Amino acid sequence: MTSRLNPASEHSAEIPGYPMDRAAGCPFDPPPALRAKQQEGPLAKVRLWDGSTPWLVTRYAEQRALLADPRVSADISRPGYPSSAPVNGSSTVSFILMDDPEHARLRRMVTAPFTIKRVEALRPAVQKIVDDLIDDMLAGSKPVDLVEAFALPVPSLVICELLGVPYTDHDFFQDNSKTVIKRDASPEQRMAALGHLSGYLNNLLDEKLANPGDDMLSRLTERIKAGELSRQEAAQMGVLLLIAGHETTANMIALGTLALLENPDQLALLRDTDDEKLVVSAVEELLRYLHITHNGRRRVALEDIEIAGQLIRAGDGLIMANDIGNRDPDAFPDPDRLDIRRDARHHVAFGFGVHQCLGQPLARLELQVVYSTLYRRIPTLRLAADLEQIPFKHDGSVYGVYELPVTW
Amino acid sequence: MKVTIDQDKCVASGQCVVAAADVFDQRDEDGIAVLLNPDPPAEQAADVRHAAVVCPALAIHIEE
Repeated sequence: MTSRLNPASEHSAEIPGYPMDRAAGCPFDPPPALRAKQQEGPLAKVRLWDGSTPWLVTRYAEQRALLADPRVSADISRPGYPSSAPVNGSSTVSFILMDDPEHARLRRMVTAPFTIKRVEALRPAVQKIVDDLIDDMLAGSKPVDLVEAFALPVPSLVICELLGVPYTDHDFFQDNSKTVIKRDASPEQRMAALGHLSGYLNNLLDEKLANPGDDMLSRLTERIKAGELSRQEAAQMGVLLLIAGHETTANMIALGTLALLENPDQLALLRDTDDEKLVVSAVEELLRYLHITHNGRRRVALEDIEIAGQLIRAGDGLIMANDIGNRDPDAFPDPDRLDIRRDARHHVAFGFGVHQCLGQPLARLELQVVYSTLYRRIPTLRLAADLEQIPFKHDGSVYGVYELPVTW
Repeated sequence: MKVTIDQDKCVASGQCVVAAADVFDQRDEDGIAVLLNPDPPAEQAADVRHAAVVCPALAIHIEE
């Protein structure tokens, strides 16, 4: 990695590259170099693909403070913003990369379907999706790839239903989503995939304008008609919700299952319990422990900020590495142990501050249903390959497994 | 315990409802938090404090 970086200062040799690599044989743990930085202190400089040297924020308390600080911007177009890849034009920017008041205006247009009550009302429908997919798996041949047969279909079916996207198009949107979130996709590849997705969403919006249904895209077309939302903004929101709605949860289902299979005492606790509170607690702990969004949450300082005895200058880039924040021993005792009985509810797997994940109630519901159903219905579920053979998504901005061969 | 919420800061994450459903609710139209009880009883105090901790927008204020 360092070979293609251009040393820009005399101290460059001391500044590590970011993102960092995980250790071989430790697929659930953050990179050792990240842990080392956390032990040294809450802030450190890192070097990115473009040679820039933003601050890496490694500790839980400082991460939360900065993510909630109005002097910190998520606007990718500001100088100093620590981009994870070459920036490819403003046409693809959704509200997750904007500041208030624009961010709040757009976000509030899509918050209604994600209230706790509305999401909870989906539980029977999600349970049926999960049960039907398990029925299909049990009726089919084995071994089976759990990603293809279960982990991807569950959240894809749910978000399609919610948005009003035909599930029959799942190959198309899943393939393009993969390219968008691939760490090493070229800007051209990423642009093309986003272009395909926004073209697709634009066509769907046309259909919903003509024939509205009971779904989120149809609600967005009402906003377009009322002049509250531009056509382009609506399509960008659709792309964001479609990608975020299936990729992250799919990875939590497959990687969470692998983590439980590798921690059989925890799997047994979860499988054998009648206590729904333990299921809820297991979901929070797996979100904390696995923390799949391993590219850091990226911001830029709008003003000088003093934190932890360090002066961050206006215009300095900030990367909150929430994966190591969720392993901060000051926030979570014995942080590297998967313990589904611990209280992990204060984790930052969904981020913190005004940009915290919009779909978290839905993700929690899906994971609660999956984790409380899959291992009870297939109690002998086991890996059909060695752990060393499992292909991990080291090259994705969302971590997980590409395939998970299982049998029973 | 006196509880106040700042609806302008709220980002509708619903974390307060998960933590303390007797004290917090959400508006149907946009999910913004609504305070059901600004003076919760002692047995709910721990849940309300937790709600304030997990609120991503720091929109819940508590006076003990």
